[in-house]
Amino acid sequence: MYANPNSIINPSLWPNGPAPGCFFKFPGTNVTSTSSNSGIITRTQSPVTTGTSILGLVFDGGVMLAGDMLGSYGSMAKFRSIERIVKVNNATVLGATGDIADFQHLKAIIEQKVIDEDCADDGFTLKPKALHTWLTRVLYNRRSKFDPLWNTFLVAGIEDGEPYLGCVDKIGTAFSDSKIATGYGAHIALPLMREALEKKPQMTKEEARALLISCLRVLFYRDCRALNKHQIATITKEGVTIENNIELDTNWEVANFVIGYE
Amino acid sequence: MASTKVVNIPKGGFSFENCQRNNFMANQGFPAPKAVKTGTTIAGFIFKDGVILGADTRATEGNIVADKNCFKLHYMAPNIYCAGAGTAADLEMTTLQMSSQLELHRLNTGRQVKVATATRLLKQMLFRYQGHIGAALVLGGIDSTGPHVCCIYPHGSTDSLPFVAMGSGSLAAMAFLEAGWKPDMELADAKVLMRNAICGGIFNDLMSGSHVDLCVITREKAEMIRPFEVANVKGERQGSYRYPRGCTATLSTRVIPIEIESTVVRPVAEESMDTA
Repeated sequence: MYANPNSIINPSLWPNGPAPGCFFKFPGTNVTSTSSNSGIITRTQSPVTTGTSILGLVFDGGVMLAGDMLGSYGSMAKFRSIERIVKVNNATVLGATGDIADFQHLKAIIEQKVIDEDCADDGFTLKPKALHTWLTRVLYNRRSKFDPLWNTFLVAGIEDGEPYLGCVDKIGTAFSDSKIATGYGAHIALPLMREALEKKPQMTKEEARALLISCLRVLFYRDCRALNKHQIATITKEGVTIENNIELDTNWEVANFVIGYE
Repeated sequence: MASTKVVNIPKGGFSFENCQRNNFMANQGFPAPKAVKTGTTIAGFIFKDGVILGADTRATEGNIVADKNCFKLHYMAPNIYCAGAGTAADLEMTTLQMSSQLELHRLNTGRQVKVATATRLLKQMLFRYQGHIGAALVLGGIDSTGPHVCCIYPHGSTDSLPFVAMGSGSLAAMAFLEAGWKPDMELADAKVLMRNAICGGIFNDLMSGSHVDLCVITREKAEMIRPFEVANVKGERQGSYRYPRGCTATLSTRVIPIEIESTVVRPVAEESMDTA
């Protein structure tokens, strides 16, 4: 049954095409076999629909996450209402950069976890640091099998009364900080966030929101895969609020100064 | 038969005659040496009275800091200065050559050099070398048509914009410029914005560092401020390990003077040169 597709007994349907009874090697996928004599294909190692940066900031009394609502299909702005920041429970929020399919897969698993917890009804709820640690283990294990989930996650929440912000990337590098940005945000927005936090380490909620919006604006100017429609999530002791569909005001007056290229 | 020497006038353009030899050598296991790059943050923008250029001062050789305080703002003409990112040697030689070309042009025409002239000369040269000269420049100056800032890429393309940033730290610098640039800024605000942009590169990009150099070009003069800000100071040692005098108790002292027995003075005559 697992004969050579080019053999006469099991001819392939078209040249280099699928053969009945055999695994078909899709062009463009990387075949990594876990054992030497299996041609089993693991999932693709290149992302398809992706989300760009997510920004996270700790302020006085809570954490704020911001990100745009775009799912890019390569260079096409295909899905313009993707929620990349989701509420996990009343104390935790998860944001994701990278492959949307992998994010949705993990989101479903996490939602099931929350439901199971509800059913257990023992008074314990998933804490942000616990979710962060669990995500780290999952991502590292997948990477160790050469089949990564192509995402960078930001976990934000209130852990034992204190604001918590943590990040894990697709190879399992995990850390927590008071300001984190993933994707292009790390190069463009993080310098702005670091400068502002150095001047005032304990920001108010309004200042944090203004800073994140100005960072999102710069990202919209300078990141090709960004959109001017955003989500902002605020987590405080009172709970979680996620505002969707926030439009940015942008200033294109600079265009008046550009004539020619010399 | 008399042999006549024929003057070999070289053809214009880049000579590709060594490419075959280089290929052969690379195949034999002797690849071409990698150029030494400066990881850099450079930026320039137009403000109310003119142009302001800024640069960091770190020159890197791979992952080592080769020069802690190198100078990345080059003189082109009395009214035009140039910040450079990329291969250090290429930048130095390109700007020196261009500066002399611009001076000759100024003497030839009798007029102040225009920024567009410098841009055109640079891009024509860089395009001729098809990107092999690793020079990414931010050219800024003020001429009869007004203030101009132009960024020139190693392959020879140019962009004349109100504010630009180049180099490995350009994303951080550009973030500050996008957030803070307004048309018609005052000099003091412009200096602060430029300082913020370059410091963004210094503190967030590993290949940029040390201090901030500024160059302010106005109609009256071009002012070089080096350093504008000493952003990274070498740490002071907090403790001293020297033992002060008197720590160890002296049990006894014996002084033995060196007595001079005799003094002899012997003059040395000047020897004549040996011309044998």
